[in-house]
Amino acid sequence: MTVENKKGRFGKFGGQYVPEIVMPVLNQLEEAYEKYRRDPEFLKDLRKYYVEYAGRPTLLYYADKLTKYYGGAKIYLKREDLLHTGAHKINNALGQALLAQRMGKKQVIAETGAGQHGVATATVAALFGMKCKVFMGAVDIERQKLNVFRMKLLGAEVVPVTTGTGTLKDATSEAIRYWAAHIDDTHYIIGSAVGPHPYPTMVRDFQSVIGQEIRQQIQQETGGRLDYMIACVGGGSNAIGTFYEFKDDAQIKKFGVEAAGRGPAIGDNAQTLSNPNSRPGVLHGAYSYLAQDEDGQVIEVYSISAGLDYPGVGPEHSMFHEQGVVEYVGINDKEALDAFQLLCRTEGIIPAVESSHALAYLEKLMPSTKPEEVVVVTLSGRGDKDVQQVAKVLGEEI
Amino acid sequence: MTGVENKFAELKKAGKKGLIIYITAGIPDADSTVQLVLEAEKAGADMVELGIPFSDPMADGPVIQKASYDAIQKGMNLHRVLDIVREIRKKSQIPLVGMGYINIMLNYGFAKLAQDAKEAGLDGFIIPDVPHEESGELKKACRDNNLHLVEFVTPGTTDQRIGETCSTADGFIYCVSINGVTGVRKIDYSPINRVISHVKKQTATPCAVGFGIGTPEAAVEAAAEADAVIVGSAVVKNILEGADQEAMKLIASMRQALDNSYHK
Ligand SMILES: Cc1ncc(COP(=O)(O)O)c(C=O)c1O
Repeated sequence: MTVENKKGRFGKFGGQYVPEIVMPVLNQLEEAYEKYRRDPEFLKDLRKYYVEYAGRPTLLYYADKLTKYYGGAKIYLKREDLLHTGAHKINNALGQALLAQRMGKKQVIAETGAGQHGVATATVAALFGMKCKVFMGAVDIERQKLNVFRMKLLGAEVVPVTTGTGTLKDATSEAIRYWAAHIDDTHYIIGSAVGPHPYPTMVRDFQSVIGQEIRQQIQQETGGRLDYMIACVGGGSNAIGTFYEFKDDAQIKKFGVEAAGRGPAIGDNAQTLSNPNSRPGVLHGAYSYLAQDEDGQVIEVYSISAGLDYPGVGPEHSMFHEQGVVEYVGINDKEALDAFQLLCRTEGIIPAVESSHALAYLEKLMPSTKPEEVVVVTLSGRGDKDVQQVAKVLGEEI
Repeated sequence: MTGVENKFAELKKAGKKGLIIYITAGIPDADSTVQLVLEAEKAGADMVELGIPFSDPMADGPVIQKASYDAIQKGMNLHRVLDIVREIRKKSQIPLVGMGYINIMLNYGFAKLAQDAKEAGLDGFIIPDVPHEESGELKKACRDNNLHLVEFVTPGTTDQRIGETCSTADGFIYCVSINGVTGVRKIDYSPINRVISHVKKQTATPCAVGFGIGTPEAAVEAAAEADAVIVGSAVVKNILEGADQEAMKLIASMRQALDNSYHK
């Protein structure tokens, strides 16, 4: 595809493939974001909420036991799991809610799969006194009852989506449809670095605090030595937040870990970039790599992790993939579950199943590393939300 | 002149408002779609939009979402939609435009699609997830093959965007009646009517109003400033329920209501 509209493009990826109804509000959002991203008052406010509410900076934790277990490079964990609400999603939700408030919006809406982004959005809506609606696939509501109740406690309305396959992609479409009908008073807080411009840029900027802190912290810890970075990729927000700061540091090898699910067959995994069968297409407003069939219909993807279970990926990742800035790899359900349990036992940290995919890549990487080398794994979230599901998979009654 | 341009010229000469009917291709099957289009023409449709199903139809409400989902389950795809067009063309010259989402077109390849569509007998495309900022390459492929790529205005389209749209639009301009998705409901048509009168000052390209129109009365109201009305969900709902005759009765009643109210 040739690109004439350079706005919001990452190489040839990205763009604004949305109905005309949504264009004025995207333009309005872009204008507001361009203004506030440079506004010292806005940035001061955001900083304040990051520090005083969310709990930033998060620790860069030296995982001594895990390092000894592998006997290779020193392993550091970027502890986004320690943030309020338990995952990196709050970084973006706070940023967008502050922006929505500046824009005079009275209501925020969100899509959610596992419920983490829904909880983060419901949380900031409660904090800022805004109305909140969260669109969630009926299938996911059944799978994630605890998070559904959390959102209700926080005052949000959870709207079940039964159309299509009743999962995250359908919830996202429904959120866009609702937004189109309520553009005057509503801001759509998209949960990952996906969607039409300016979302991928905006979400990346709000998540870039992860990489910026790593830069400072690794300076103190190792004098700046850093050889490898690993992050999991659903839509790609924690990964872009981790890698963006280091995109020009070519000597650091970066791995984006996608969910290889239960196998390579179509529909059995959620791999978009590390999948030889996927090719670029348009979903939810952006041109990017996409899991689709021969006819161009979007495939219902699978992963044990609801947060990685998305057929698309952020457009900047598609560019990084083609440029070789980041290497995208797959980790299957079993490998992720093993890594989940390993971190519990070695370090006393229960990771999110999403983050466990990043941890599992250590198994492949570590044998070829040297003790003087340094690896940072972004622990995007904590695993409390997953305990019930893991118990079920492991055959434990709780 | 294209089939679409001819039709609008004919309507104008006769002092009539146009009636455009949307039908999702492939429900309940391809043969039925051919029959339904031919019957819709007999019932008074001036033009038909053939819906090309997509798994994630962002601009559609529940009825057309369901129709698309069902059609995909039954194996409908863009190649088969073009086969349907070829079948219709054996019997009718009614203007036909394909309505679908960009990923399906991208997957087929724009240049090849425009050639194949022209050869099959399609008159153009309506693609709701392509604003004019992103339409260049597809528009060129369409123009090269004498096909229309229909553009949109909505009640919220800014004056500047209306100007841009008017300067490049051909075939007709799709005027979305409300901020929202397809589906029948009670609508105040005055905001879109204001936009249409603004559009009319800048271009001679005809205007068709769509989204929400479910009754003859609504069709009459929606047609006040426009050259045609577009009816989709109300017809598709009947087809989904197997009530084809109801769908045809609805089309006939809209035809009559429009002619009674506007035909000079
Ligand atoms: C803990 C955690 N990590 C990662 C993800 C994946 O999202 P992203 O790729 O946008 O970081 C999610 C999504 O729900 C999540 O909850």
